[in-house]
Amino acid sequence: MKRAGFATRWLPILLLLPQLAIIAVFFYWPAAQAVQSSFYLEDPFGFGSSFVGFENYTHLAGSSEYARIAKFTLLFTILVTFFSLALALLLAVKADNVIRGARTYRTLLMWVYAVAPPVAGFIGLLMLNQTWGPLAELSKTFGWDFKLGVNFGDTASAMVLVAVWKQVPVNFIFFLSGLQSIPKSVREAALIDAKSSFRRFWDVTFPLLAPTGFFLLIINITYALFDTFGVVDVLVKGEPGNNPMTLVYKIYVDGFRGNDIGGSSAQSVILMVLVLALTIFQFRLVERRIHYT
Amino acid sequence: MTDTRQIPVAKRPLKWARVLDHTILILGSLFMLIPLLMLLQTTTTTDLETIKNGPELVIGTQLDDNFRAAMFTASGFSGENTGLRMLMNSMILGIGFAMGKIIIGMMAAYALVYFRLRFATFAFWLIFTTLLLPLEVRILPSYEIAQKLGLLNTYTGLILPLIASATATFFFRQFFRSIPEEMVEAARIDGAGPVRFFFDILVPMSQTMIAAMFIIMFVFGWNQYLWPTMVTTDEGMYTLVRGIKQLTQDLEGTSIPEYGRANMLALIAILPPVLVVILFQSWFVKGLTESDK
Repeated sequence: MKRAGFATRWLPILLLLPQLAIIAVFFYWPAAQAVQSSFYLEDPFGFGSSFVGFENYTHLAGSSEYARIAKFTLLFTILVTFFSLALALLLAVKADNVIRGARTYRTLLMWVYAVAPPVAGFIGLLMLNQTWGPLAELSKTFGWDFKLGVNFGDTASAMVLVAVWKQVPVNFIFFLSGLQSIPKSVREAALIDAKSSFRRFWDVTFPLLAPTGFFLLIINITYALFDTFGVVDVLVKGEPGNNPMTLVYKIYVDGFRGNDIGGSSAQSVILMVLVLALTIFQFRLVERRIHYT
Repeated sequence: MTDTRQIPVAKRPLKWARVLDHTILILGSLFMLIPLLMLLQTTTTTDLETIKNGPELVIGTQLDDNFRAAMFTASGFSGENTGLRMLMNSMILGIGFAMGKIIIGMMAAYALVYFRLRFATFAFWLIFTTLLLPLEVRILPSYEIAQKLGLLNTYTGLILPLIASATATFFFRQFFRSIPEEMVEAARIDGAGPVRFFFDILVPMSQTMIAAMFIIMFVFGWNQYLWPTMVTTDEGMYTLVRGIKQLTQDLEGTSIPEYGRANMLALIAILPPVLVVILFQSWFVKGLTESDK
């Protein structure tokens, strides 16, 4: 609060009311309900539910299917995070180097930010269409017969590819803005001290970009875990079957298709704890960053 | 983001390094752009041509027909979800979400920063905990609550639950805190009350921030997929992004898939947010990189 604030009593309460009302109804209530129903077993025919304690959780812990999906989600998250960060960093460094055409490159590399994940998935479906998809044709010339939605590995690769395509722009924007905030004097000093641009990058630029990188790391992990729902849903064409899926997609499939509300809620709670840990980690990181810079 | 750093001509690295920079940037730009070009091409040809030849390097003559089919023919059973209808719903969601978020966020941030409030710290934590958990993890109970409140298939039900996260509040709080305290003091000496101060000083000072927030929130709202998928079952309430799933299912089922129409709809779903991001690039980048600091 500012020292010179207003002393009116009723106005701030009135101002806060809409925000508090919305989060009470649509945040705290559902979150509490998720925790509550994770301890209950819903009757499959909708005739009430019974308290089962931690059974939903122990069931998940013992489920080999859940373990398989968790493993896939981990792999998917690592691949998507790594490739979208690496590609974006490379492009940002190059875009920061050039003077001619810099604006055009920037626009061309960031517009995909505004494409919705399921639409990105839809474009992926077309590119990998088995009869005429350009990317499927290309892979065929390398002897890779791409079978989207049929072959587990192929579908998984398509998910990673589309998810990376969609995420590179955000990372690019942040890396470029990070690069441009490096003071001119530091750059000039580096130019004198190190002849090779490779060394300059690793010894000067990279450490200065580290805070941006850490921040983006968390953003990308959350993206791969949650925001890729649309990509997954479209690429498996709504038919989970043997296809790869992420943990968030599993919550949806179990809760909506399978009507297993207790199990789905328990999965929600597990993800809540996971993302809570991630975000707290991020907040501490951000705090430190503000502190030292 | 104007480039002020000019490397002196004499110190410019060897020319081939520049060539490499541009090559990488061009390849990156193509990686982002080719899927869009393919989508564009298939909206100009007949479905049969697309199925037979796939995307080619010629511009077809069917753009007009495909556009009409996309805008005015309905898919599904009710005959209500024409492209035009979905476009309208997407606009309502994007604009309604952005405006709701900004108005509610500014009000709450104003209350938190400029007033002496006894429970301010408590309200702050209550509000900012919402940043920790995305809607995806509490999706099922949120749906049940929307159902209980009779909000299924309504615009209120579509928009309100999405607003239940405090990103805009956080953003405006940060910004208000950066405004010098002398502004309030001066306003108070001149006899301006809290309402007057808000509308005559704070809102005009926040114009750029409001614009940046609006762009980011419009894109975010427009691109929502999971929540609209659950809360709208009535085809007349579909948004373009939500309609994508139906498109993929249509392409799977029929003997001659309507690629022209489907791809045109995907293009219409992409264009508005992409144009907003490109046209207001500097505001958008500023808002994005500053909101997360």
